[in-house]
Amino acid sequence: MKAKFVIPLALFLVLVVFLGVGLKLNPREVPSPLIGKPAPQFELTDVHDPAKVFSSRDMLGKVWLLNVYASWCESCRDEHPLLVEFSGKRLVPIVGLDYKDKPEDARKWLDQMGNPYELSVSDLDGRVGINYGVYGVPETYVIDKSGIIRDKIIGPVTVKSLDERVIPLVKELSQ
Amino acid sequence: MKRLLLALVLFSAFACQAKEAVPDAADPAIEKRMIALSENLRCLVCQNESLAASQAELALDLKQEIREMMKKGESDKEIVAYLVHRYGDFVLYNPPVKSTTLLLWYGPFLFLGIGLVILFFTIKKRHNQIAETQLSRDEEQRAQSLLEHNQ
Repeated sequence: MKAKFVIPLALFLVLVVFLGVGLKLNPREVPSPLIGKPAPQFELTDVHDPAKVFSSRDMLGKVWLLNVYASWCESCRDEHPLLVEFSGKRLVPIVGLDYKDKPEDARKWLDQMGNPYELSVSDLDGRVGINYGVYGVPETYVIDKSGIIRDKIIGPVTVKSLDERVIPLVKELSQ
Repeated sequence: MKRLLLALVLFSAFACQAKEAVPDAADPAIEKRMIALSENLRCLVCQNESLAASQAELALDLKQEIREMMKKGESDKEIVAYLVHRYGDFVLYNPPVKSTTLLLWYGPFLFLGIGLVILFFTIKKRHNQIAETQLSRDEEQRAQSLLEHNQ
C-alpha cells in the first residue's frame, strides 16, 4: 500500500531533476562538431592592410586563438576589454576574424577599443564564418599546433571561461 | 504630419519588400527544392524557426549557399551533410538514429512496453482477487426466474 504513494512521488522527483537540469542548460550553446577536426583553411586580407593576405596555414606549428568579432556586434563590445587584457599576458596569439563587417568600421572600432589581435582579417561575405560553423558572434576557437580545433567558446569569453578552459588548454597544447 | 507618416509607412513597406527579393531566385525549380529542403533544417540563430522561414542574416546566407550548391548539381544529401559537418545534428529537425539518440527514438516504445507489463500484472492480480463463488440452488432459481420474468 505504501509503495503506491511513494511511486508517484519518486516519478515526480525524477521529473523535477530533469526539468531542473534542462533549465540550467543553455540552448544557445550548440556543441560544435568541428572540435577535434582540422580547422577549415582560409586566406583572407588583413583588416589594416588590404594588400596583405593572411593564410591560416601560417599558424601551423603554433597554438592560437581565432576570435570571431564584428564592429556591429554588441556582445563583442562586452568581451573586448577582457580580450585586450588577456592579449597583454602574451600567452597565445589571437587572430581576429572580422565577420561580415566593413574593414574601415573594424579599424575604427579597434582604434577606439584597443587591439588584442596579432592580426585580424576580413571575412566580408561570411564564407569563412560558415565554414567554421559560426552562428552568433563572438565565438572563439582554440586551435592547436597541427591546426586541429580543440575547443570553441560560444558567445563572449568571460574571466571564468578563460581561466578554466582557454588558459589550461593553451598551456597543455603548448607543451 | 499624418501624410508624411503615411508616406513613410508606405515607403518602409516598399523598402522591406525590395529587400526580400533575393538574388538568384530566378530559377523556380531550384527555389522550390531549396525551400523544401530548408523547411526541415533549423535556423541556428532563431532556434525555433526553420531555415526556410527565417530572415536572420545567417539563414539568408545559408539559403544562398544551398541555392549555389544546388546549381552546381549537388544532391540534397550532400547539402545536408555540408551543414551537419559545420553545425552538427542540431540543424536537423529530424535527428538521425544514433547510439546517443536511441532513447529519443525508441524511448516511447520502451515506456509503452513498461505500461503493457504493468497492465498485464495488474489485470492478473485483479483476476486472482475476484474469487469465483458458486451460487446455491435457491439463488440459482431466483436468478433464473428474474431472467425469465424480464423477458
